[in-house]
Amino acid sequence: VKDGSWTVLQLVEALGSCLENTDPRTRGRGIQLLSQVLLQCYSLLQAKEVLHLVLFYENRLQDHHLVIPSVLQGLRALSMCEVLSPGLAVSVLKAIFQEVHVQSLMQLDRHTVYSIITNFMGTREEELKGLGADFTFGFIQVMDGEKDPRNLLVAFQIVRDLIAKNYALGPFVEELFEVTSCYFPIDFTPPPNDPHGIQREDLILSLRAVLSSTPQFAEFLLPLLIEKMDSDLQSAKLDSLQTLTACCAIYGQKELQEFLPSLWSSLRREVFQTASEKVETECLTALHALSVCLSRSVLSSDTEDLLDSFLSNILQDCRHHLCEPDMKLVWPSAKLLQAAAGASLRAYHCITRSVLPLLLEQYIKHPQSSQRRTILEMLLGFLELQQKWGHVEEDESTPLSLQDRVCSVVFAALMDPSVQLQLVGIRALTVLGSLQGFLSPSDLELVVDHLIRLALHEEDSQSSEAAMEAAGSLAPIYPKVFSGRMVPRLEEELQSGQEEESSRDHCSRQQRCLQALAAVSTHTSIVRETVPVLLQHLRTVQKGSEAKNAQDVVSVCQSLHRVALQCQQDVEGCWYYHQTVVPCLLAMAVAMQESTYPLLGKALLEEEVLAAMVPVISAATTHLSPELAAQSASHMVPLFLDGEVSFLPQNSFPCSFQPFEAGECLEAQRRLVALLMAFVCSLPHNVTTTAAKCFAGLVNKHPEGQQLDEILQLAVNRMEPSLVEGPRRTQALTLLLWVTKALVLRYHPLSSHLTDKLLGLLGDSELGPAVADGFFLLMAESPDVLHKGCHANVRIMFRQRFFTDNVPKLVQGFHGAGPGVKANYLKALSHVLNHLPKPVLVTELPTLLSLLLEALSCSDRVVQLSTLSCLQPLLLEAPQIMSLHIDTLVTKFLSLTSSPTMAVRIAALRCAHALTSLPVTVLLPYKARVIRALAKPLDDKKRLVRKEAVAARGEWFLVGSPGR
Amino acid sequence: QVNDAESTVAVEFTPTIPHCSMATLIGLSIKVKLIRSLPERFKLDVHITPGTHASEHAVNKQLADKERVAAALENSHLLEVVNQCLSARS
Repeated sequence: VKDGSWTVLQLVEALGSCLENTDPRTRGRGIQLLSQVLLQCYSLLQAKEVLHLVLFYENRLQDHHLVIPSVLQGLRALSMCEVLSPGLAVSVLKAIFQEVHVQSLMQLDRHTVYSIITNFMGTREEELKGLGADFTFGFIQVMDGEKDPRNLLVAFQIVRDLIAKNYALGPFVEELFEVTSCYFPIDFTPPPNDPHGIQREDLILSLRAVLSSTPQFAEFLLPLLIEKMDSDLQSAKLDSLQTLTACCAIYGQKELQEFLPSLWSSLRREVFQTASEKVETECLTALHALSVCLSRSVLSSDTEDLLDSFLSNILQDCRHHLCEPDMKLVWPSAKLLQAAAGASLRAYHCITRSVLPLLLEQYIKHPQSSQRRTILEMLLGFLELQQKWGHVEEDESTPLSLQDRVCSVVFAALMDPSVQLQLVGIRALTVLGSLQGFLSPSDLELVVDHLIRLALHEEDSQSSEAAMEAAGSLAPIYPKVFSGRMVPRLEEELQSGQEEESSRDHCSRQQRCLQALAAVSTHTSIVRETVPVLLQHLRTVQKGSEAKNAQDVVSVCQSLHRVALQCQQDVEGCWYYHQTVVPCLLAMAVAMQESTYPLLGKALLEEEVLAAMVPVISAATTHLSPELAAQSASHMVPLFLDGEVSFLPQNSFPCSFQPFEAGECLEAQRRLVALLMAFVCSLPHNVTTTAAKCFAGLVNKHPEGQQLDEILQLAVNRMEPSLVEGPRRTQALTLLLWVTKALVLRYHPLSSHLTDKLLGLLGDSELGPAVADGFFLLMAESPDVLHKGCHANVRIMFRQRFFTDNVPKLVQGFHGAGPGVKANYLKALSHVLNHLPKPVLVTELPTLLSLLLEALSCSDRVVQLSTLSCLQPLLLEAPQIMSLHIDTLVTKFLSLTSSPTMAVRIAALRCAHALTSLPVTVLLPYKARVIRALAKPLDDKKRLVRKEAVAARGEWFLVGSPGR
Repeated sequence: QVNDAESTVAVEFTPTIPHCSMATLIGLSIKVKLIRSLPERFKLDVHITPGTHASEHAVNKQLADKERVAAALENSHLLEVVNQCLSARS
C-alpha cells in the first residue's frame, strides 16, 4: 500500500472474508491488520476512502469487545488524516462517547481514545466547538475514574486546552472541576524502575495548571484548598499553597471575596504554628500573591475596598505581636506583614502607615540591645520593601514623613556598644541610602562620618568590615559626598600613619585605611580619586627600606586587586585603572629588580610582593576589550622584548631590561595573559613552577600548526634528557606536567605521547609519588592559569576523554608494577576518579571496583591509604553500585580499623562512616557486627581515631532505627 | 568528670527550669550518646546538678536504673525521640 501498488480498497476486499468472519477473534485480527496498515500510511489516503473507512469503523464500535482495541487504533490513524471531511470528526467522537465505555478498557486503549481526542482538538477546533457543551460532557464521562498516571497527564492537558481555547463548558463547570479536583492533592510515588519516567512533580504541575486555569473554578477550588491546608501531610499543604499562589495570578476580587477571612486565618495559623521553613515560605508567597491580586483589581467607588479590609484584618492580628520583641510570634507576624506589604504600593502604604510609627515607638520603649536589634531588623525589612517602588512622591510615602525619627533611631543604633545592633544599623544605613531623596545632605554627611568612624576605629572587625561594605554600596549613589569627604579623610589618616611609625595600633589602622579605600572604589569617579592615593602610598612605602615594608606593599596590592575587581564591569573605569596602575606596577617591579638584585634578604620578600602583584595585573587585564588590550599589549611587548621602557612613568633607570635573551618562547607572545605570566617568570627568583605555567599557557593558546609542533618538539627534546637523570629531574617533571595539562586541555595529538611518558614515570621509584600527585594537577581546575576565566583553550569533556584513554593503561600498569610503586598507580587512579563527573564514574565503576577491592587487601599501607581515600567519596556518590560489594567492604574496613598505622585506621573509620549512606536494607544485616567491631577503636590510644570511631559508630546506631 | 584509670565518667546537667519536663529525656539522651561513644569499660553516671530540678531525685533514680534505660530503648517511640536528639543534622 505504501508503494502505491495496492489501494486500501483492494486491501479491504482481500481481507473481506476475514472482516466478516463470525468468530470475533478472527474479525479482530483482520481489523488489527487494517489498522496497522492505516497507521503507517494515513497520509496517503483519499478523502473518499477516509469517509468509507470512518463509517466502517464507527459501525465496528458496536462490535464485540475483543475487536474494540483494534478499531480504536484504526480511528486514531484516521484522526491524523488531513483529508478528513468536515463533520466526520464530530461523528466519530459522538460514536465513541456513545458506544464505548472508556474506563472499562485497558490502559493502552484508553490512551488511544485520549490521543484521538487530542488529534481532533488540534486540527478540528471549530467543528468540536460546534458540538457545544456536549463535547465537554462527553469528555468528562470519558475521563471520569481514570487512574493511570500516563493517561492522567494527557487528560489534564486536554482539560487545560478545553479551558484555554474557550470550549463551551455550559452547565458542566462543576462536573469538570469534580472530575479533575478529585486527584488533588496528588499522592503518587512512581514505582521503582518505572520506564515511563513520570514523576510526582509532573502530575502536580499539570493538575495545578488545570485547576488554576480559569476563575470559573474559584467557588469550588478555594474551599478545597482551605480544607487541604489543614491536612497533616506537609506535601498536601505545600501543594495547596502553591496552587493558591498560582490561582491568584488570574483571580480577581470577585472570586476571592467570599473566602478571604478563612484563607487569612488558615495562612496565619500555618505561619504561626508551623515548624517547617518550606511551609512558612509558601504561606508567605501565597499571602503575597493574594495581596497582589487584591491590589490589582480596579476600585469602583461604590464597592468596599477589599484590600483595605483584608489588610486591616492582617494588621489587627499581627500588630500586637510586634510589641513583644522577646516572644516567638514577633518574626512570623513581621514576615506576614512584610509579605502583604510587598505586594503593591497601596498595600505598602496601608501597612507602613500603622506599623512604622509603632516600631519606632517600641524601639524607644525597649532599652535592651537584643530587643532593639529585633525591632530594628523588622524596621529594616519594611524599609527594604520601599526600594521596590522606586522614587515616590513626597507626600505619599510614609517613611519619608518619619524621616527624622528613623534617622535618629538608626544613628543611635550605630553608636550602641553592641556589635550585633551596630551591624543591623549599618545594614539599615545602606537601605536608607538607597532610598532616593530620603537622606538630606546634612544627614548624608553624618552617615559618611559614622561610616568612617566605624571603618577605622571600631574594635570589632565584623562591624568595621560591614561599614566598609556599606560604604562601598552607597558610594555609587552619592559619589560626590564620598570622594569629597571620605577619601581625603582616609588619605590624611594614611599619611599621619607614616609619620609616627611602628606602633601596632597604627599598623592595623593603616591596613583598615587601605581596605576602606578599596571598598569605596565602586564608582568611576571615586576610583579616579582613590587609585592615585593608593599608588602614592605604594611609592612611599617602597622607598622605605625596612623588612616590614614588603608586608605593606602586599596589602596595598591586595587593595588594588580589590579595586580592580570592582571596576571590571565598567569599561571606562577599567581602562583608566589599567592605564594608571599597570605601568606603575611594572615600573616599580623593574626598578626593584634593578636595584635590589644583590640583596639576598630582600629577594625572598619580593617573591611575596610579586605574587601579590600578579592578580592585580591579571584582574586589570581580563576584562579589557580586545582593542584596548591590543593597545596595551603594544606597549608591553616592546617592554619585554627590547627593554623599551619609555611608556613607564619615572623612567630614570638604565635600559638593561631584557628578560628574553634565552629566547625560548619568543615566538608566541601575542596574547596578553601569557605575557603577564611571562612577566612573572622573567624575574630572577621565581622557581620553575611559574615558568612551567607560563610555557603551558603559551602552548595552550598557540594556534595549531607547524610552529607549535616545532616548539613542542624543542621542549620535549630538552626535557627528556633531564628527566632521565641528573639533579634537575623534578624541575623537568614540573614542566612536563604543565605542558601535558596544556595539551590535554586542547586535545592535542602529542598529549597522548606525554601522558604515556607520565604513566611510565609512575613506575620510577624516585619520581613516582610526585607523578602520582601530578595527576591531580592534570585533572583539577587550576586556580591561576589554564582555566576558562583566562581564555584558555579548554575543550569540553577533556576529563572523560583522559579517563577513557588512560585508565586501562593505569590498571594494566598497576597489575604489572612492583610492590614498592603500586601505590603510585593507585594514587594516580584515585585522582583521576575523584575529578571525573559522577554520571560517567557510575557507569565505569563496576569494572574498576574489583581492582580497588583487591588493592585493599594489599599489605602496603600507602596503597591501603590511597585506596581508602579513593573509596570514601565513591561510597557517598554511588551507593547503588557499592552496595553490591557490601560484604567485602564491611569486612575489609573493619579489619583495617585495627591497622598499626593511625592514618589507615582513621581512613578506614571514615569509610565505615560513609557506608551508612548505602541503602538501609543492605546495611541492616551488618549493623550488629559493625557496632560491635567499632567498640574497639572507641578505646584507641589516639584521639583523632577515637573521634572518627565515635562519629562512625553513632551513625551506625541510627541505621534503620526510627527517628533518623 | 572523667577518670580514665578507674574507667568512670560522671556527667552533671542543668535543666533550663526547675520544672523542665524534658529533664528525663535530656538525661536519657546524654546517657545513650555516652553508651554509644565510650568504650564498654566505662561506668556511666548521669545526674542532674543538685538543686536545679523539682523532681531531681526521681529523675536521677530513673537514669541510674540500667533496666529502665534498657527498657526505654526497647520502646520504639522513645528510641525515635532519642535518635532525633542525637542525629546532628536534618
